[in-house]
Formats: sequence, C-alpha cells, structure tokens
Amino acid sequence: MAEENSGWFNRSEKGIITETKDKKEVKEGLWYKCPECKKIVPTADHENNLNVCQCGYHERIPSVKYFEILFDNHQYKEIDTHLTSADPLNFKDTKKYSERLTAVMKKTKLKDALTTAVGKIGNYETVVASMNFEFIGGSMGAVVGEKIARAVDYAIKQRCPLIIISKSGGARMMEAAFSLMQMAKTSAKLMQLSQAKLPYISLLLDPTTGGTTASFAMLGDVNISEPGALIGFAGPRVVRETIGRDLPDGFQTAEFVLEHGFLDYIVERKNLKETISQQIRMFME
Amino acid sequence: MILLDFEEPIGVLQDQLHKALEIGEKTGVDMSAATSELEKKVTDKRLEIYSNLTAWQRVQVSRHPDRPYTLEYIETMTDGDFIELHGDRGVKDDKAMIGGFGTLDGQTVMFIGQQKGINTKLRQYRNFGMANPEGYRKALRLMKLAEKFNKPIVTLIDTPGAFPGIEAEERGQAEAIARNIYEMFGLKVPVICVIIGEGASGGAIGIGVGDRVLMLENTWYSVISPESCSSILWRSWEQKQVAAEALKLTAKDMFDNKLIDGIVPEPLGGAHVDKPEMFKILKKEILSHLDILKKISPEERIKTRMEKYINMGVFIDNE
Repeated sequence: MAEENSGWFNRSEKGIITETKDKKEVKEGLWYKCPECKKIVPTADHENNLNVCQCGYHERIPSVKYFEILFDNHQYKEIDTHLTSADPLNFKDTKKYSERLTAVMKKTKLKDALTTAVGKIGNYETVVASMNFEFIGGSMGAVVGEKIARAVDYAIKQRCPLIIISKSGGARMMEAAFSLMQMAKTSAKLMQLSQAKLPYISLLLDPTTGGTTASFAMLGDVNISEPGALIGFAGPRVVRETIGRDLPDGFQTAEFVLEHGFLDYIVERKNLKETISQQIRMFME
Repeated sequence: MILLDFEEPIGVLQDQLHKALEIGEKTGVDMSAATSELEKKVTDKRLEIYSNLTAWQRVQVSRHPDRPYTLEYIETMTDGDFIELHGDRGVKDDKAMIGGFGTLDGQTVMFIGQQKGINTKLRQYRNFGMANPEGYRKALRLMKLAEKFNKPIVTLIDTPGAFPGIEAEERGQAEAIARNIYEMFGLKVPVICVIIGEGASGGAIGIGVGDRVLMLENTWYSVISPESCSSILWRSWEQKQVAAEALKLTAKDMFDNKLIDGIVPEPLGGAHVDKPEMFKILKKEILSHLDILKKISPEERIKTRMEKYINMGVFIDNE
C-alpha cells in the first residue's frame, strides 16, 4: 500500500497513543485564530491591535471596549444602569422570556442589550449608547428604546453630541409589538435631538439588521461603520430564501452600503477615536 | 364565497339553505319558514364562531382572499372622486404602494396604502403588497405633498412585510422605512393610520405613525408574522397558532396594551362578507377622528403624537 512508503512521517503505531494525563493542552484564550484569514496570533497581540487581525478583519468586541477606545483617558461613567426588561406579554416560546432574561443576564453580566456611558471625547462631553450583541442578539426591546430616549434627554440637557453604536439583529420578538413601537419611539426622540440642533453620529457595526437599521441606526447626521460590518434590513438568509439564489460577493457589507449611498464613511478601528473626535469637533466648534 | 377551515359549520348550514331555496323554487312549495329558520341558524353560527375567534383565526380572516384591499376602500369611500399619483421621482413607481388625493365627504384627503392584487396575475403585479424602498419614498413624497397643501393624511395598511430582495437592500429599504417613521412625526397635518388587513412589522410602521392608529376588528399588527416567529423561535413552521397567541397581535390585544388608539368593528363574518357596510363604517370612523384632530393646532398634534410613542414600552426601573 502507498501509505506504507509515503515518507518520513508515518506513525509507527496507529491511533492516539498519548495518555490523556500526558496530553499537552494549549492554555485557553492564549491564541486567537482569525476566522477570515485563519492566521493564528497570540491573544495579547490581537488585543493590543484592538482585536483587528493583520488581514483587516475586525473582530466583534463588547461595548466596554468601545468605551475604552472612544473616551479620553478611558474615563467614562455608565448611566441609566437600573433599567431591566419586564415581560409585559408573559411571553413563552420553547422557554419563558423571563427565564431567558435571567439566564442571559447571569451569563453576560449585562442588564440589557444597550449600555450608555458619558465622558469626554476629544475634550467634548459626549453620550455614547452602545448595543450589546451578546444580550439576545442585541435585540431592541423596551429597555433599549428607553435608554436611547434617556441618552437623547441627557444630550439635550448637557447640550452634547450623541453617538449610538448599533450591533443588533433587530427587534426583540419576545416583546412583540412593544418592541416594534421602539422604532417609532427612538425616531421621535431623535427628532427632538435634531430640533435641539445637536449632532447624532450613528456607528453601525457588525451586525446591524432589521428594526434597528430601519429606525435609529439609519438616522444619523452621519452614518459610519467599520470595515466588513454586515448592515442590512433583511438578514442575508431571508434575502437568499426570497430570491432563491446565492447572494453576490460582498452583499450587505459596510463597503456595499457605502457604495449605495447609505453610509458617510467607513473607519478602521485604530482610527475610530481620532475620526470621531474630529467629527464631533466639526459639529460643536 | 371562500370559507376558511373553521367556518365549515357555516358552510354546512349554507348548503342546507341553498337546497331549501332550490326545492322551494322547483316545487312551488312554501319553504319560507324553513329558509328563514336556516338563515337565522347561519347568522347564529357565524356569531358563535366569530365571537370566539382565536388569534390565528383572525390572522386567517385578515388574509381572506375575498377581503377588500386599499384601492377598493378608497374608490368606494370617495365615491370614485380619487386621482392616483405615481412614482417616487427617483427610481420608479412601486405598484405595491399606492396613493393620491381623494374626496371624503367634501374634504380632500391624501390616501396612501399598500395594495395587494385581487387575482394571481395582479398579486404578482402588486408584489403581494410588499413594497420596495421606492414605495416608501413615494409614500413620503405624497405625505409631504399633502402637508404642503394642508390636507390630512389617511394611510391604509395591509402588508405581509417590506420586500426583502437584493434591489431593496441596494436601494436602502431600512433607510426608507426609518426616514418615513422619522418624518411622519413632523407632519403638520392630521395623520390617521388604519390596519385593514396585515400589519407586518417595519413594512407596516413605515407608513404607520399617526395621531390615530386604528385596527379593523379582524386584522393583526406585530413585529413579525406568526409563521416567521414560529420558524425562528420554535425552529419549525408548525407553531404558528401558538406564536399568534404569544405575540398578542389582535386588535383587542393591541388596544388593551395601549399600542393602538381604536378598533373599527367589521360586519359579522369579516369585512368581505358585507363590503359596502365595511366601507361605510370605516368612512364614518375616519371622518369622526378627522373632526376631532382638525380642531387641534399642528404644534399640539405633533407634540401629542410624539409623546404617545415615547410612552410606549414596559420596563423595570429599579432605581
């Protein structure tokens, strides 16, 4: 047989012969493998690079990391921390919504799908409302709507800009029509912000789809994104099923959305703070 | 008339009624006692069934193929005094979204709504009432036109959703809907929105922000259709009845949850059973709301409209 003569690397014995106790484990989280270029780098290096691979792939990162990137000297204060989801419809699918909430709060240590922080960006007081994708897919329920409403109120009161960072699959189904109405609620609040002549920067990150895109995320005075982010109304699976064929390459990426005229610019994470500071300065000076 | 599965008992009685009438005609025997008895039974049965509709059954009625669609409402309510206006002035004319000025009891009103097709060919032509971005932009253009000439706006909502196609994404479906929701808050004229069939998610609310949002008795309005909800949350299409209940999507649920402003009653058995009556009821309802809204100043109307939506949503504040 060919394999008997196939070179230097033939095993002398078949199968795994190392005892389990002798197995050498790579320490969890020591290495990062890029899903795009498959390159493996030490996690520490990857994090030093703001979780962006050398190939340009921007890994999804939690809200706190954006707060650390954006706010001057990493100084910020979280506000509206006391809001949590009710279960007004007593919703139950394969699991009770109330139980789902308890579980996800425990797992993520987050209260809901949006965290608001205030601090200075480029020396300008700014309120940043950032969605948490890890909390039920960053879905928009009444808490997300209310926290955006309060962020707008804060901006109006302090006469400062608002940034909303979107990372969301869309509306939260377990709050049904209540979540649908958050599209209207957030839009109404943004109109109040607009009437107060205060800027709103919408940062649409991977992924931003559904009712989130179809309301506040697309309503920025400037809409911006990071390279490669998925941005759309319908999710790619739904579009594929509707048209019954494969989607073109790059469909619904930030680059695609920019090309079609719905984003102002795309900014790499390493330039995010500088660019946003510059943008805010131009609005506020 | 097409009967829905749960209407079968009505069908049985209707058959008996037809037979009785036939016998009467053929033989000359006086069947009036029997037929009037059967007519009463049909009505009673209908009342019995329709007083206890499940959420899923209402979804079925809202999609009944004989149900009147937007243009028929407008044509009848305006007695034909209606001029349809076309196009978004950018891309094309979306056949799934229609609109134009019409006269309602002597006053000019801007009507806008999704249009479903009445037969196989027209259903395709109307894209099943699923508008593309240019449909929403046409709607916005017409709303602004109405505002310019100080005419109230009535939107009639009947859609299984905004269209999720490639071109829709390219032309910014999400932006078009977001823009409409946003701009509708600023409209200086009275806005009345009526769900006349299906009120599916962003596709519905994209023309659905108003001083009054009304639902016809047998319609649904929610963030997702029961079928899609079932497929996502239960990972199967089989739980649509359960999903319909869970979503609390009926007019009564929506009213009880203070998410709409009123319910418009339908003739017994649904809007399609007595269309002229349905048009009469809705026309009267729209006029009575317009009368009230007209007396309020534009600033006050806008403020109230915004506050209504800002107060929507239930959450826990532990502070």
